Amino acid sequence: MSAVMSTSRPVRSDLQARQIRKFKLQDTLFHQLTLLFALLVLAALTGILIALAVEALPAFREFGAAFLWTPVWNVPEAQFGALSAIYGTVVTSAIALLIAVPVSFGIALFLTETCPVWLRRPLGTAIELLAGVPSIIYGIWGLFVFAPLFARHVQPYLQTVFGDLPVIGGWFAGPPIGVGILTAAIVLSLMVIPFVASVMRDVFETVPAQLKESAYGLGCTTWEVVTGVVLPYTRVGVIGGIMLGLGRALGETMAVTFVIGNANRIVGSLFAPGTSIASTLANEFGEADPGLHISALFALGLVLFVITFVVLAISRWLIQRGLARQGK
Amino acid sequence: MSAHQQAVDGEAILAVRDLSFYYGDFRGLNKVSLDIAQNKVTAFIGPSGCGKSTLLRTFNRMYDLYPGQRAEGQIIFHGRNLLDRKQDVNLLRARIGMVFQKPTPFPMTIYENIAFGVRLYEPLAKSGMDERVEWALRKAALWEETRNKLQQSGLSLSGGQQQRLCIARTIAVKPDVVLLDEPTSALDPLSTAKIEELINELKSDYSIAIVTHNMQQAARISDYTAFMYLGELIEFGNTRELFVKPKKQQTEDYITGRFG
Repeated sequence: MSAVMSTSRPVRSDLQARQIRKFKLQDTLFHQLTLLFALLVLAALTGILIALAVEALPAFREFGAAFLWTPVWNVPEAQFGALSAIYGTVVTSAIALLIAVPVSFGIALFLTETCPVWLRRPLGTAIELLAGVPSIIYGIWGLFVFAPLFARHVQPYLQTVFGDLPVIGGWFAGPPIGVGILTAAIVLSLMVIPFVASVMRDVFETVPAQLKESAYGLGCTTWEVVTGVVLPYTRVGVIGGIMLGLGRALGETMAVTFVIGNANRIVGSLFAPGTSIASTLANEFGEADPGLHISALFALGLVLFVITFVVLAISRWLIQRGLARQGK
Repeated sequence: MSAHQQAVDGEAILAVRDLSFYYGDFRGLNKVSLDIAQNKVTAFIGPSGCGKSTLLRTFNRMYDLYPGQRAEGQIIFHGRNLLDRKQDVNLLRARIGMVFQKPTPFPMTIYENIAFGVRLYEPLAKSGMDERVEWALRKAALWEETRNKLQQSGLSLSGGQQQRLCIARTIAVKPDVVLLDEPTSALDPLSTAKIEELINELKSDYSIAIVTHNMQQAARISDYTAFMYLGELIEFGNTRELFVKPKKQQTEDYITGRFG
């Protein structure tokens, strides 16, 4: 083709060739630049991972893999194990999601399907504002406002209702002191709800009106349209939103440090104070002596990193499996 | 407009009387009256914005989903005004099915696309459901193409196949009326021909109302045609007569391509 052009219009083709060379150069430069940016992400990731691993090495050398399932965290005797922090992190996040996901789902559903038009904007904005509140605010509110109220009104109630049941009773045992695992989980759920709800709302809004009308056209109720069509259509986005919330819950530091009670032990009761990985790090880095203590804290950090990674991997897998079941 | 113009020979499955429709303050339909004949194809033609889709969407009260839209007048279906507040819209929509302009397969397998609607109102056992799915796919002339991939996604089909899947899904719940809102406007000529053939076969079991931009299509497949303009029903009657000897000047102008 270029041969034909160069014989028929020699002058213009020369100009064209120069233009094309210029575009090619621009394109290549642009490609390389974007590639560089993308590689930066990878470099940062591996850099963090390596730094954590190197610093954590002394602790793992001292305690071995048992670090992961030892519940002892004794600073004066230099005995360190991650289990109570892992327990606190996982349990608070799990309970937070247990509360946040249904509530967020309800919020998103209301906003996209049944909300009167005039209320849609103010409500949506309120949720976005809630997402923007700094975590320290949730922390002080949790400690000074929520925890006392919770101790005075909710905890005694829960104990009278569930206290005598065989297994469940144990979850609500112990003195109602306000701060503790459950309080942290509830504050976390409040922090996570705006994120999960706004992602869910956004993905629900991507469902084409005609698709929903098709389902209504078969005689579906709103609930059937949502569970039968909207959720399957948006499954990937919904899981993504939940995982975003989980990621935030796992890593949340300030608010949890305020209300979890910071006790390095595992008690079956959800009323008992506990600790999470992030709050242990925040509490102890300042006064930790160089050596095994610091190294153990780095090891904790590494564990948190791995947990987050596993969560992401599981969500990917869930999404893949979901797509496979839809027959893609 | 004279009363005899709105009537059809034989039974009317839907009798529309003095139907007006409002989008907020805007009036989209003005006192429309006509009959949809049983087991016949009724086509609605007219330029964009003439209200033909609006009219179709009143038949299954799809407009109920949107605040600010309302209808006045009557649409008699099995002796009752379906615009009545007391009419259960879910049940109504199961009896008056709808197929849309763009194919809208649900994000699930081909089998599930059809079973989904059936399951809402009929608790069929596995074997009964299998039969129903096959029956609906055969009716929609899609069985041969899909029998070996019922567990694949409905989205994996071609556009024309997807639209036939949507028709299969609609007739699987065995409605009385099938509403088609420009069902072929997003399809190629071959797929269009298949759908038209299908409509012709389906009318022995269903009463069909179709909105179309394509006048040749209306002429080819319908028994009755309604020409609408600016929210008014201008002319309604036997398709042959309407296209060969239109009574109104506006109808003649439109079908001869002088405007619209």
